[in-house]
Amino acid sequence: MKRRTFLKNTLVASATGAALGTALVAPSVALADSHSEADPFKATSLEDALKAAGITDIEETDKIVVKAPDLAENAAVVPVEVASSLEGTTEVIILIAENPTPYAAKFTMGEGANALVKCRFKMGKSSDVIGIAKVGDKYYSGKKAVKVTQGGCGG
Amino acid sequence: MAKKYKTRLKVKEKDGMVNVKAIISHPMLTGLTKDKKGEKIPAHYINEVVVTANDEVVMTANWGGAVSKDPYISFDYAGKSGDVVKLSWADNQENKGEAEKKVK
Repeated sequence: MKRRTFLKNTLVASATGAALGTALVAPSVALADSHSEADPFKATSLEDALKAAGITDIEETDKIVVKAPDLAENAAVVPVEVASSLEGTTEVIILIAENPTPYAAKFTMGEGANALVKCRFKMGKSSDVIGIAKVGDKYYSGKKAVKVTQGGCGG
Repeated sequence: MAKKYKTRLKVKEKDGMVNVKAIISHPMLTGLTKDKKGEKIPAHYINEVVVTANDEVVMTANWGGAVSKDPYISFDYAGKSGDVVKLSWADNQENKGEAEKKVK
């Protein structure tokens, strides 16, 4: 039952996402306002999470290295390391694409802190782990696919 | 409540960089799991971690339920021995915890 509603939700979300995408050109300011209050942690799809976090334009780069195991032995504890070698990285955001709530964590780096964080995450199923770094006003991303043999969110 | 959630902090200085490692004992429930009766267990997770060195913020982390039970965190910052590193966290049920260590 839960799976059903979840699927339905993601479908609806992606449909609205596509609709919004086509109508994005003119009212981007209004959109930015309405989404600044949305909580990315509660978003149930990757597009929604990115939108709620205000991330619209992402450039893929090899300068962000996401380190995670190819095959997760324990899906409830997947060690992930995200390193950004881009100068002036202020934020590191970690998303797990196929999780019920993909937006996993945001690290804001203060003065003198290296843009390298290690943390451990739960993963529902095999998925991409996406690391996003914010440099100035721009977002850059890197990703790594992780295979999961057993569901980790069920406890 | 304070004893239920243990915060362990380790700091180490090497070549001008201080490595901060921490483990917080915390259930980190997503709100999606169910107990034996099939009832949902309410979400209970840490949503903010702030690390300061000599009262200056070096890292802030915002977490969701996807972070593993007993969260572990590690990062580096440019510091020196003698720095006082303090980590404090808060969860969505208004529990709080903190730990403080001096860099050797």
